[in-house]
This record gives sequence, C-alpha cells and structure tokens, in this order.
Amino acid sequence: MKFAVIVFPGSNCDLDMYHAVKDELGEEAAYVWHDETSLEGFDAVLLPGGFSYGDYLRSGAIARFSPIMKAVEKAAAEGKPVLGVCNGFQVLLEAGLLPGAMRRNAKLTFICKQTELEIKNKSTMFTTGYADEETITIPVAHGDGNYYCDEATLKTLKDNNQIVFTYKDDINGSVANIAGITNENGNVLGMMPHPERAVDDLLGSADGLKLFQSIVKYWREQHAITS
Amino acid sequence: MQLLHEPSPQMIKDEKVYREMGVSDKEFQMIEDILGRLPNYTELGLFSVMWSEHCSYKNSKVLLKKFPVTGDKVLQGPGEGAGIIDIGDEQAVVFKIESHNHPSAIEPYEGAATGVGGIIRDVFSMGARPVALLNSLRFGELKNPRVKYIFEGVVSGIAGYGNCIGIPTVGGEVQFDPCYEGNPLVNAMCVGLIDHKDIQKGQAKGVGNPVIYVGASTGRDGIHGATFASEELSEESESKRPAVQVGDPFMEKLLVEACLEATKHPKLVGIQDMGAAGLTSSSAEMASKAGSGIEMNLDAVPQREKAMTPYEMMLSESQERMLLVVEKGSEQEFISLFEKWGLMAKVVGQVTDDHRLKLIHQGDTVADVPVDALAEEAPVYHQPSKEPAYFQEFQSQADYRPEVADYAGTLKDLLRQPTIASKEWVYEQYDYMVRTNTVVAPGSDAAVLRIRDTKKALAMTTDCNSRYIYLDPYEGGKLAVAEAARNLVCSGAEPLGVTDCLNYGSPEKPEIFWQLEKSTDGLSEACEALATPVIGGNVSLYNETAKGAVYPTPVIGMVGLIHELDHITKQSFRQAGDIIYLLGEAKPEFSGSELQKMTEGRIFGPSPVIDLETEKQRQQDVLKAIQSGSVQSAHDLSEGGFLVALAEKAFGTPFGAEVTIPDADVLSAFFSESPSRYILTVKKENKAAFEALIPEAQAIGTVTDAAEIRVTDKQGAALINERVQPLEDAWRGAISCYLKSKD
Repeated sequence: MKFAVIVFPGSNCDLDMYHAVKDELGEEAAYVWHDETSLEGFDAVLLPGGFSYGDYLRSGAIARFSPIMKAVEKAAAEGKPVLGVCNGFQVLLEAGLLPGAMRRNAKLTFICKQTELEIKNKSTMFTTGYADEETITIPVAHGDGNYYCDEATLKTLKDNNQIVFTYKDDINGSVANIAGITNENGNVLGMMPHPERAVDDLLGSADGLKLFQSIVKYWREQHAITS
Repeated sequence: MQLLHEPSPQMIKDEKVYREMGVSDKEFQMIEDILGRLPNYTELGLFSVMWSEHCSYKNSKVLLKKFPVTGDKVLQGPGEGAGIIDIGDEQAVVFKIESHNHPSAIEPYEGAATGVGGIIRDVFSMGARPVALLNSLRFGELKNPRVKYIFEGVVSGIAGYGNCIGIPTVGGEVQFDPCYEGNPLVNAMCVGLIDHKDIQKGQAKGVGNPVIYVGASTGRDGIHGATFASEELSEESESKRPAVQVGDPFMEKLLVEACLEATKHPKLVGIQDMGAAGLTSSSAEMASKAGSGIEMNLDAVPQREKAMTPYEMMLSESQERMLLVVEKGSEQEFISLFEKWGLMAKVVGQVTDDHRLKLIHQGDTVADVPVDALAEEAPVYHQPSKEPAYFQEFQSQADYRPEVADYAGTLKDLLRQPTIASKEWVYEQYDYMVRTNTVVAPGSDAAVLRIRDTKKALAMTTDCNSRYIYLDPYEGGKLAVAEAARNLVCSGAEPLGVTDCLNYGSPEKPEIFWQLEKSTDGLSEACEALATPVIGGNVSLYNETAKGAVYPTPVIGMVGLIHELDHITKQSFRQAGDIIYLLGEAKPEFSGSELQKMTEGRIFGPSPVIDLETEKQRQQDVLKAIQSGSVQSAHDLSEGGFLVALAEKAFGTPFGAEVTIPDADVLSAFFSESPSRYILTVKKENKAAFEALIPEAQAIGTVTDAAEIRVTDKQGAALINERVQPLEDAWRGAISCYLKSKD
C-alpha cells in the first residue's frame, strides 16, 4: 500500500508521518510537494501537522488553495482514506472536506502533552484495529485545537457516527470534547492528536500504530474484493 | 558621497558623535589610525558594531582564553557559528548557546523568539540539521506583575518560534530571583546533527566568487542591536524597542530546508548567518577568516523599506537572512534552489583579494575598510579587577543553620518554591516531541533524543545555580559545570562538551570583572577535570539595571552521548520493591541553599566547596553502573536537597518510598545541597552487582506500592509520613498559582 505525505511550505510533521508509515507500519510512503497536481498511484493521503504558510491569516487557510488540494479532494471523492492530523485537520476544515472550524485553545496557550482519548466509533476504516480498547494515549501539540461547530452540525455528526475520538478531559475547549471526526462517507478523518507520534513505546506510546494498521487492513480488504 | 542627514567625518570627530555609538575617544583614534583618515558615518557604524562587546568580546577575551577548547573528539572549537564534537559513525553533534537578554527585557515575545531563531541559524549554517532546542531562563520573583508579563511573553515567544519551525524544545531551566527583575536572562541553545562530510565553514574564499544574499529582505529593525546589547538597561531602554527584531519562523523554516539543501551542493564555498551586526559581521568575518576581501553592491541588497542608507543596511539586524559564497558560474543553480522554497536569493557582491570590505551604493564607494580590523583587531581590554566587599563578609560568616521544626511542612514549602516547582506550565507550551525522537521529555535531569537509524542517543541539559556563583564565583563556577555533567550521567550519557553563556553585569566595574575572572577560573578547572571542553558560547555583559547587576550567571549547556538506547535512564521510580541507594555525603552547609533563600528571603555565607576528584569518580561509577544495566532510575541531588529529590522521584508514578536516614544530622540529610550526590534505585536481584560497582552507595530503603513518602531516623522514629498526592499537587500547581495570584 502506498501513502502520500503532502508537504506544504511550513509542514513540520511530514517526516514523522513518513517514518511512521515506512519504519513502523512497513508500507510505502512518498512526499508530495504542495504544487503538484496529481495523487495518481497513491492508495491513501496523509496531511501532516505543522504550520503551513506559518499559519498566517488562519491555520490551514492558505494551504487549502495549494494546487495539490484539488487532487486531495478527488481522492476523498473516490473514497480513498484521507487522514489530516493537527494542521492537516485544519486544512481539511478550511477546504470544506470536513464540517466545523478551529479556534484558539480555550486557555490561549499552545498545549503539548500525552492525552487520553476515548474511541467513539470503532467501525471506521481508521479504527477497526481498536476493537478491544476503550481509551488510548496519543499526544497533542497545538495552539488552535478548539473545535467548533453549531448545534445542528453536532447533531448530524452524532447521528452519523462521525465523531471518532473525544478527549477524556477537556483540554482545549472543543465542542463535545471532540478530538477527531470523519466526513459523512467515513473516508476522511481529521484529528488534532498525533497518531504518527505514538508508534513506538520508546517515545511514550504506540497506541497510534493501530490507526495506520486499520487503514492497511481496510485497503487489503477492498483490494481483495476488487481484484 | 555623504547623505544629507548624516554628520560629516569632521563633525563626527568634532562633536564626538561616535560616543553615541558606544565608541570611546581612544577607540575612535584607533579607527582613524587604521584608516589613515577620518571614518565616515557608515564606516564608523561598521566599527562600532564589530567592536561592541557582543561581537568582539573585547572585555572577556582575556578570560575566555583560559577555557580548555580541545579534545580528541572536538572537530570544531570556538570561532565558527557553533562547535562540533564527533559521536562516531561519521556523525557529529553541533551545539551552541546564545543570549537574547536585553531584547527580551523590553519586548519579551519577539526578544525571546528571535533569540531562538538566531541560535538555530548558527547551527544550520554549519551544515547541521537542528534537532533540539533548550532554554535557560531567569526572571525576577513571580509576585511582580511586570515580571509575570515578561515571563509569559518570553515563554510564548519561545513556543511561537520553536513550535512553528518544527524543532522540539526539549529542556532547559527556569529560575527566579529578585536580581533578575528588570533584566531577565533568556539564553537559547540549539543542538544539531551532522555527517562529517557535510561540515561547512563561514569563509569567503576564491577571488571573483559571487556573494549571495538569501532570505528575508533588509529593513530598519534591529539597527544597532549588538551595541544595545553591550550597555546597561536604563529607563531610556524602552525607547530602543526598534533595536529589537521581529521574527518570522515560517521564513526560517524554509531557510533551514533550503540552506541544508545548499550545504550539500558541491559548489558552495562558505555560508554564514546574519546575526548580530547583520550584513556587516557576516561579510567581514567570512572575508577575514578566509584571508580575502569582499566588495558589495548595496543597491542589490533586497530592501524592505524605501531610501535605506548604507548605514542602515549594514547595521540592520533583520532576521532570517544568510550570506553565501559560491563558485563562480554556479550562481543560477543556487538562485533556483532557493526559488523552489519561495526564497529570495541575490548576488550582492564578490570575493576580492585586497583584504578590504568595500561597499558601493548608487555608484559611490561608501565604505572601504580592512576586514581584519573589523573582525579580528578590535581592542582587547583587561579591566581592573577588585574583590567585592560582600565576598570577604560572606567568607567570614559562621555556618548558617536554619531552625526547622516541621520537616513535612518545610518539604511542601520547598516544593512550592518557583525555582523547584514543576515547570510543566512552561514546557507544555513547547512542542517537545516533533520529529519524533524525544525519548526523555522535559522534567527529568536531562532531555534525551534518540539518533535515528543508530542505537545511540544524545542527552542534553543546561545548568547554573547562580546563587553559589554569587556567593563564591570560583567554587560556584565549578559547581555549575559539575551539576550539568551529573545530570547527563544520570540519564546514562557520557558528557562530551560544553557551550557556555556568560551573563554578567558591567565588566567596567572592577567587582563585576572580578566575578567574571574568578568564575571563569572555576569553570575552566571543572571543564578540564571532567574532560568536557568548551566548544563555543556567548558572552552577555552589562546585565544591569539601576538596582544593580544580576548574579554572575554562566549558564552551562552540555551534551552527552548515550552509547546504547538501553542505557537511557530516567529520574522516576520504576517498580515497587526496588532498593533505594544514596550516594554521597550531606554536609551541614546551607549558605545559598533553597532553604536559606526561603527562610531568610536572601542568601549569604560561604558557598559549598566541591572536590572535583570525587565528583569525577562518582560520575564514572554511576555511568558504569547504568551501563551495566543494574540501575533502574537515577536523580542528582540539587536545589532543595535530598527530600525534594526523593519526592520528585515519586511524582508522576504510582509509587512511594520507605526510607531510613542513617545520619544523626537530620537537617543536613534532608535539606543540605552538598554536591556530588545521587539517589539511585536498583532491582533486588541486581543488589550484589550494583554494590560491587559502587560500594560507597548506602542502601537506605525501598520503593513502595503505597504512594507515600515515609522516612524514619535510625532509631526508627518517624520523621516524614506524607501521601505523595498532596505533595505532587503543591509542586505541580505552584507556577500557575503564582501567575494567577494578584499580590
């Protein structure tokens, strides 16, 4: 399986995504520069964390206009797994691929720490590997992680089982403690916590690895059916 | 050519305009002699920044010569952007620390942010990939609203820059003392990794080779920043806010990636960052080091503002700029490389063979001065030195011994002291994990990063207990180096070398110069004894306000090598049933201790004395024990003494401790800060092996499942019986509590 790691100017978790896929997951990965226009040949798309375009104007607001985003939209429409983490989540929100918006953390300061997450939906293509877990530990590192959506959107998210992860404790003021959501189709996941930083016990947690393994499992099943 | 609003050379001399730029009458005469004529305004500007203490070390050079700077593994000592030490496998570690004190005093966010930006450029200009940042910070007491503002601003400035650029901020220290009120210390350290073959030098070699300017355009910000850093802070300092630069970490992120690509290009000749004194220092130093000259056409310099004068362009400290020299004919390759990253690159000059820095502006030669005079021949002063009256007084004072009736209460009070309390409020604002190599996060004795694709790891720390250095600069200097090394050893590392940031008051005051002299003696002796050469650093003098000078604060940044990932050791308890060992003896010495500061509100008396032989022996013993696999956790005893360290070992774990104190002098055993001491824990089955390696260590108790700290004396009488949770809450919550309180 081949993962694309999109690199915007200012992305800084691209390397971590790449190594998580290559070294820990054992699948193929390649960087795709923001001004490219095609994601042909890739089976899944990863939008890494960082500060694309310095987060100037608004987190993710400039990156969504990058040429590669058309190809990301296409991949999303085709049902390929698309994962946006942290700044990647913000870009997906700005691009309208996911509903809602991101505000400054409630305490107005950047937060970096290991965080306990509750898994709200274990049947997405990103979470089937977590069958036995109720909570997992994955770190956050963000200044703008305070997820917001209106009542109606929240109801839709709940009704469609689009809320995938919530924080066990309110760390940043997010509506309903939301840490990660999918689109209606379930193939685009945006999350503030960094699963790519939790793939090795040496660094404090390996709970993120199952997320990537779930993607591979899903892809293998699809692949088996179609081929 | 002379610009209308600039004074003429004759006016500069007659009206002593040079004094405003920090140039003395005698220095002006030297400049006149060097040039054989009067300098014009631009030329005077070049000399004034290059001869400032910040760039020339004119007052400290005589002392810096004492430092041991060589060793088998030293690949680059002081003199380049950063020092380099070999770590085997054709790899090396690059590191340097630098101050940004004065800018942070008046504009905390940008002052701290650009301090971080500057030190990162020093490291990647060597060709190294920056992998970690540390910060050593000093503020006044957290009760003062202005101090709170500066503290919060500095922390968010460091976070704003480091997080955005994507280099983890993994460690450092934060201390508070009234002497830093109004003059905080903000020292930033950057650590990088490099393959031997990629090591670069900032040299302008090869006559006719083009000089390329890369990065942000030049604005009017930071003009005379280096000069501003070389004078005392006063009420007028606020009006020098324009001398503080504004940082753009996004630009620097692009610059890091593009420059690292450029340093791998075979046609790159030299690269240097434009730090203090901007275009002036980078061009003059690159030419001076290569024994060449540089001619620059200032009209080609990218300018952010209209009608900038040569003086303004040369003295601007606009951030995120680099100067490159490349092989003739390869200009376009480099310009395209930088364009790919959206960065501006322009040829602004060429290398010459006349040893001069020649500047052309609108067709006229506006400056023509010898590069060596700027870069190498700044005057060197040996300031008069005088032992301060306070020192004799402290030395003659009898041993201070506080009265402590309630040990548990005192422990809790100590844990709440801002210097001891958890710095979580600070480091949770820093992304300390990005690039996924951080094995030991902030909060332990030293931060540890694995080196990808090897079995090795790097440990790093910054340390300096300035209280002891104030009491006794010589002993205190030795203590600072020893503590840094001890912290690395506790994490399982072999200390490799030092970068130092010497923060002092005005060297023109004999008592301050004496502090500098004595403390550098102590630092040198300890670096020599512990085989940790000084491979670079920075001097920040004139850290004074109307209320006086800061404590002499030579911050020690130290990096160590962990040979096997298995050796990585943390300070926290690991397992119930493990045996707790104490290594080292507590002497009845409380002068300069946290307990004295807390009880008396001030420090006085003679500093503890360290025996470097014992220090070295114990470091070797502990490291050997860790490497043999018999040590579960290790923590050095420092501020607060034994009880604080014991409690810290329980924090963040579900465990407690049951300990019997063998000493008759309980007060010293609990709160003395005598050096060269450790608490180690060892699995029961490794008891014999451990004791064979360190027979000196005393078994004093065990790690317990119950989260309680229980300490008895040797007769079995209970001295401490506390649950860990309330202690941990007091320790963890103290800093945010001080920030919220309105008094």
